[in-house]
Amino acid sequence: MIHAVWLIPALPLAGFLVLLASGKKLGDPKAGYLATSAMAASFLVTVGVWIDLMGRHAEERRFEQDLFAWMPVGGLHVDIGFLVDPLSVTMALFVTGVGALIHLYAIGYMHGDGRYHQFFLYLNLFAFSMLMLVLSSSFLLTFLGWEGVGACSYFLISFWFERPSAATAGKKAFVINRVGDFGFMLAMFLIFATVGSLNYVPVLEEAGTLAKGTATAIALLLFVGAVGKSAQLPLYVWLPDAMEGPTPVSALIHAATMVTAGVFLMVRVNPILDAAPGVLTLIATVGALTALFAATIACAQNDIKKVLAYSTVSQLGYMFLAVGSGAYIAAIFHMVTHAFFKALLFLGAGSVIHGMHDEQDMKRMGALRKWMPVTSGTFIVGWLAIAGVPPFSGFWSKDDILLGAWEKNRLLWLIGLITALMTAYYMTRQVILVFYGKAQWGTAAAPAASRHDPGPSPGEAAAEPEHEPAASANGHGSAHGGGAHGEFKPHESPGTMAFPLVVLAALAALGGILKTPLEHWLEPVLAHPHHFTSSSSTKLGLIVVTTAAALAGLAIAYAIWAKRRVRESAVEPSLLQHAWYVDELYEALVWKPSRALANASAFIVDAKIIDGTVNGVGALVRAGGSRLRTVQSGFVRNYALAVAVGAVAILAYAVARTS
Amino acid sequence: MSVPGAWYLGLAAMLFTIGGVGLLVRRNVLIMFMCVELMLNAVNLTFVTYARMLNDIGGQVVVFFVLVVAAAEVVVGLAIIVSIFRRRADATADDVSLLRG
Repeated sequence: MIHAVWLIPALPLAGFLVLLASGKKLGDPKAGYLATSAMAASFLVTVGVWIDLMGRHAEERRFEQDLFAWMPVGGLHVDIGFLVDPLSVTMALFVTGVGALIHLYAIGYMHGDGRYHQFFLYLNLFAFSMLMLVLSSSFLLTFLGWEGVGACSYFLISFWFERPSAATAGKKAFVINRVGDFGFMLAMFLIFATVGSLNYVPVLEEAGTLAKGTATAIALLLFVGAVGKSAQLPLYVWLPDAMEGPTPVSALIHAATMVTAGVFLMVRVNPILDAAPGVLTLIATVGALTALFAATIACAQNDIKKVLAYSTVSQLGYMFLAVGSGAYIAAIFHMVTHAFFKALLFLGAGSVIHGMHDEQDMKRMGALRKWMPVTSGTFIVGWLAIAGVPPFSGFWSKDDILLGAWEKNRLLWLIGLITALMTAYYMTRQVILVFYGKAQWGTAAAPAASRHDPGPSPGEAAAEPEHEPAASANGHGSAHGGGAHGEFKPHESPGTMAFPLVVLAALAALGGILKTPLEHWLEPVLAHPHHFTSSSSTKLGLIVVTTAAALAGLAIAYAIWAKRRVRESAVEPSLLQHAWYVDELYEALVWKPSRALANASAFIVDAKIIDGTVNGVGALVRAGGSRLRTVQSGFVRNYALAVAVGAVAILAYAVARTS
Repeated sequence: MSVPGAWYLGLAAMLFTIGGVGLLVRRNVLIMFMCVELMLNAVNLTFVTYARMLNDIGGQVVVFFVLVVAAAEVVVGLAIIVSIFRRRADATADDVSLLRG
């Protein structure tokens, strides 16, 4: 079965090609079923490969398959080949598994969209690229998948490109990802220059022998790539905007799989990172700061998907904190549990948006628990998982990360702890606003008719004043709130959407049992397996403190949002609503200078200097020609005179020389 | 008593100068043409003189070539002049200046 590993990416690719050729003919919903079955089949193959790999001894759990030579050029030899080891199989398992569930969900969610088949075409192409990324046996092939998922991310964020904000968000994601890709490429050049190969196996075997400076440079450049793809400080700004895409895309690409590619890469190259301890500290610091920073923003967002987006950035920060602490397995473990509960939360949010007829403002929801029992039940499981309440999966993985951080640096641990508290807080706030309290959706005008209206994001709030009075009316209008339910009622989503929710909820609840098996399973991948050194009493103490922090976050949110002990404006400062004005800062620091530079080069350098040079040469030749043409007078005797004078001059010269 | 070679050379130089000045100052195409012939024959005279002075038959050979080329040139040149006079009876060289920049 392990020899069938090429089928794992080939099946989504086949789905993509079939949809490309005849997607329009298949239409809605057959195109969706085709794409979903391709993913499901790919998942089954992955399970087969996994079982095969499990049957081997721990030391022999590495299998390489080369399909054909891709680039046999001089010293560079790159194969289209796969590296099957516990790490890539773990990634492939949850990419195909969660991916298949999200495909299934999208069948219902995208129903009725004009470009239904195109959506699934992109989803399958994405799955293919992502699987190439995780399964490839060389940096270059991983980079191919890396760029492929980036392109699919762009296509899918801008899927509703009729909306200018979606088109802009797609461009933003693409451009910012370029910054990271640049780091990845430089890292590859450096690796090839020093090791002479781009295949993982030889490079990672020689990682220990690299000079320290080289190892540090490679690790740093790869980390730059990971920062771009996994939305860490300072390149995280594209991820919140990526929520302009359809919700299944947010769940699949911008929560569960693509954004974790950076973490995967870091774990894949762990021997290089181990050779560069300074970079590890940097990774841990960036991760911890991103986790805290994004969590603060998530506390004050009103868009149901924006909260989850910032939460994703924050959780990715956790994973980098784990990588930086050397606790690679904890990072992968959290990546897996995060894929479960964040995909669940996003799909739940999509279900809410679907049921609320494209409303995304949480302040205009409320009391949906009665109307959407499956969605609310599963969402609550996801909430408890991400908040880190035992015994849900998030508790176990977060606990491991905080233990790793504790052993690395107490300050990083404290930042992680505060983030855990804030995570519990903002998720509780979201659950209360959406599913509990009083219904806020009957009072305002019927939601906009346009499909999937993104609602006022903080940045656009000023530009859309009509939402403001409505929101404040809801805030004070408890008199209207209870009874009057305008023209529409929220509804539960269809079965294809509910089923993935239930499966993911089960995984999010029970994911914690993977902890010990995963530790043994992934250990052969690591060059220097990391073991927690703390005593069991310290571990227990940390667990108590972490759980207390999570429960405190829950309690604070309950007091503020359920009991309404504090005014809303006090806990939602505009600084946080505007995400620390980072977008505005980037606009001032990057966008405006680049624009000024572009203007200068277009209208001064290009128009004046370059065009001026070309036109100047032309004008010079013209002027010279119009002067010289008078010499050709047509008078034969003038010519004869010129010849005579010339002959005399040459003779005079010759005579002067000889004498 | 033979005439010294330098005299022949002086005569040739005078003939050449007369031809060159005539070419430059006269406007009648036929006169200009005759001046060109004068210059050609001045050169021929030089060649013959040197052939004699240096005892080298090559100079005389070149004169034959020049004569042949001059005969051909006369044919073409006279044909052009005849066709010019067919168009306008009183044409001078300065009137035929259509090929100018």
